Amino acid sequence: MNPSPGTGAKCEVLFTVNGETKKVLAYPMERLLDVLRNELELTGTKEGCGEGECGSCSVLLDGMLVNSCLVPIGQTKGASIVTIEGVSTYASMNPVREAFLECGGAQCGICTPGMILAAVHLLEKNPEPALADIREGLAGNLCRCTGYMQIFEAVAMAARRRVAK
Amino acid sequence: MRADPAEYRLVSPDNLEAVLSLLAGEPAQWLPIAGGTDVMVLYAAGKLPNRNLINICNIPELRQIDVFPDRIRIGAACTYTALRSDDIVSREFPLLATAASWTGGIANQNRGTLGGNIANASPAADSLPALLVYDAEMTLISVRGERRLAYRHFHSGYKQTALAADELILDISLPRRFSGYASHARKVGARNAQAISKVCLAALGQIANGTIRDVRLALGSVAPVPLRLHDTERVLTGKKIDSSLIETARKSVVKEIQPIDDIRSTARYRAAVAGNLVAEFLEKLAAARIDA
Repeated sequence: MNPSPGTGAKCEVLFTVNGETKKVLAYPMERLLDVLRNELELTGTKEGCGEGECGSCSVLLDGMLVNSCLVPIGQTKGASIVTIEGVSTYASMNPVREAFLECGGAQCGICTPGMILAAVHLLEKNPEPALADIREGLAGNLCRCTGYMQIFEAVAMAARRRVAK
Repeated sequence: MRADPAEYRLVSPDNLEAVLSLLAGEPAQWLPIAGGTDVMVLYAAGKLPNRNLINICNIPELRQIDVFPDRIRIGAACTYTALRSDDIVSREFPLLATAASWTGGIANQNRGTLGGNIANASPAADSLPALLVYDAEMTLISVRGERRLAYRHFHSGYKQTALAADELILDISLPRRFSGYASHARKVGARNAQAISKVCLAALGQIANGTIRDVRLALGSVAPVPLRLHDTERVLTGKKIDSSLIETARKSVVKEIQPIDDIRSTARYRAAVAGNLVAEFLEKLAAARIDA
């Protein structure tokens, strides 16, 4: 193996994205975020800060919420990725979507895909979150429009409706 | 400038031996990457000096938490989420579980690892003061073999560590003898959620017959390395907690730390807050308002 710089080679990555098997040819240090947006044309996932602070590039990697700007594609071989385009397979997605609309949980929309994924991830793990749990579950997702209260209310409403059903 | 992925390589060995032989073959050429929460930030900014990375996420020995009668062994690539959801960590090492809950948001806790936090060696890392007060011990491994090192000897200066170029952090062990201590963890940052600390405290204490039988204090963000406050502990041990002892402790803390001015805070603020955090701990310990 030659470790000298500038000699990286593309690798084949076989993984599942939103339930479909995908094969991409990419440099292993390409960011999952860039492969999703540029290769797979899944532009619902947004780039905000590019350093794991803002959560707008959130996706689910094997069911875990992650910042896709911090995941090299070479670490995703065989993994299952869910993006905002595919999250409707989760039962909590419908109530979350309705509640975001009703509560005014989305404005400019840049943070929204990440907020939705963080909310779904939270409700899958904790169907009846207290406000503190909601705040913690969404703490890694920054929104510059709403002031957060509408988003917290939306997640609380989604949880109440799901439990009532 | 942004990094060009074509200039980097990332290999994913499926066993520990293969990782170690890469590290030994070209020491200092290869950088292990687990959750990437530090490495990928540097990489994206074009500031990562290493062009060759080893993915260590797939190495089972690094991902396990094992419980023994006298200690728990935490694989270096265990995530903060794994630490927070572990029963023994939550019950017997609450300072570590709390620090894990402070570290970034949920997405970064799902990826960031304890070994990565140690290797990154930031003096502001929230989990490191907890490791100091719990007397953590590390296993460092290379093709030359394993060695055990008390965690307190790991950091030798700002971002400098005892890790040799061919070594990997294998695990972190915590002795199971602190469940009888009252514990107190406190972080002060710009906001509650996922802000890097201005100052953070991990503290353990035991009261017997109205006096401090044992006390263990460590602070983050007040020195080039995570700092155990041995002098202040000595001042406190055997004493009854009253307002004059708390004032003495406050002065001792300020003498013992070496805070700096930086983008997050000032030396003066950090010194005041460090004293306040230790004072707060002692007041709670005296009032037995924290559970043993």
